[in-house]
Amino acid sequence: MKLNWKEIPIGGVIPKGGTAVEYRSGDWRTFKPVIDANKCVNCLICWIYCPDASIIRLEKHVDVDYYHCKGCGICAEECPVKAITMVEE
Amino acid sequence: MSKTIGLSGDEAAAYAAKQSKVDVVAAYPITPQTIIVERFSEYVANGEVETEFICVESEHSAMSACIGASLTGARVFTATCSQGLALMHEMLYIASGLRCPIVMAVTNRALSAPINIHCDHSDMMGSRDCGWIQVFCENIQEVYDWIIQAFKLSEDLNVLLPTAVNFDGFTISHSMEDVKVLKDEEIEKFLSIRKVKYKLDPNEPMTFGALTLPDYYFEVKRQQEEAMRRAYEKYISVVKEYEKLSGRSYNYLHEFMLDDAETVIVCLGSTAGLVRQVAKKLRNEGKKVGVLKPWLFRPFPSKEVFKALENVKSLAVLDRTLSFGAPLGPLCSDVVATLFNEEKAIPVVNIVYGLGGREVTPGEIEEVFNLGLKAAKTGEIEERIKFVGVRE
Repeated sequence: MKLNWKEIPIGGVIPKGGTAVEYRSGDWRTFKPVIDANKCVNCLICWIYCPDASIIRLEKHVDVDYYHCKGCGICAEECPVKAITMVEE
Repeated sequence: MSKTIGLSGDEAAAYAAKQSKVDVVAAYPITPQTIIVERFSEYVANGEVETEFICVESEHSAMSACIGASLTGARVFTATCSQGLALMHEMLYIASGLRCPIVMAVTNRALSAPINIHCDHSDMMGSRDCGWIQVFCENIQEVYDWIIQAFKLSEDLNVLLPTAVNFDGFTISHSMEDVKVLKDEEIEKFLSIRKVKYKLDPNEPMTFGALTLPDYYFEVKRQQEEAMRRAYEKYISVVKEYEKLSGRSYNYLHEFMLDDAETVIVCLGSTAGLVRQVAKKLRNEGKKVGVLKPWLFRPFPSKEVFKALENVKSLAVLDRTLSFGAPLGPLCSDVVATLFNEEKAIPVVNIVYGLGGREVTPGEIEEVFNLGLKAAKTGEIEERIKFVGVRE
């Protein structure tokens, strides 16, 4: 149920921080990055370049946070071992 | 006890801002507002104020800095006019949309082209729908009084809207009058320290100006209109409280000889003084004329305007701007809409006058009154929009 004009905070302010985490920007995606765990050398270049902090660090390789990843493809472009492929949704 | 000092309109604005103990001023000079910024920067240089004075590279930046400062909870003042106000246009909507109670002096001046530095109201009327409270001052005392009252009205937590205090460029900004000023401590008590509900604070992060899509934008704007309605209600308690302090009354309208008036001139700003002088002369000749000057233009005091005009038979409404291609000018449109809503149909002539600082003479005003008196008798007018003072 969305709030009416009497209920929303004044001037459209969001009276707390860090709310971007609640927004599913993954909905915007056309192509999704798929990680080949066998090829990944865990260099973390994709983790550095990702503009949406959507690369998840695991023990041996990286993974993708598909809730927030917008599918920009920067990770696939920057991966030095071609371990990331952009696949149409 | 108040004291009397000689001040120009610009100086009065700066002096009132100083006494209002503003935290931040971000402004860019433009004729005829320049002296406001000059005087205030002198206060800063002399250590007479603790204000953070931000020199900016444009009016767009000035208003941007004012918005940022206001969101931290600061009391913020600025001043501009004409091209400067036009350059601010985008940020004016952001100031009101983010509910920043900034107070701005506007020394009304014509817009280019052709370039002109003298008075008309096309600058403010061009930004009429920017969501700011707008008042128009007739003289220098009113400029002083309104800057102070504007902070009180704007900063009310049920209002939180910016206010533009308009006064006629050169006519008011550059003439000098005796101004009765209040004591610093009286104003300090009247305004107190600005209270805030939400503010920019690193210790308690919040988002201001977030993207708001079709699912919420409309609600934010509806809420803003509610703030305007509250400003309309709050107005009277602000001016009453100020009246107790100063002895000067700013009830929504200045009414002059309206009681039995057959025809009335409605106008804003400095022209009202001249119109009243002519009205007095005509009254001595037995002609039933009156003058109505609203201080408040936004929110428009429709209820009071109708009450004041309830019994008149014709009207002339003076617009010192041109709304190209419109059926009527902005002030006249509001007056006519007010009458229409109350199902009062009388002849109304819209007088466009004084563009680019063109002087309006007592003789011209007398002709307008005579036109109104004739319309009151016949119930008809020849032209809906009449240009007064232009070479035909």
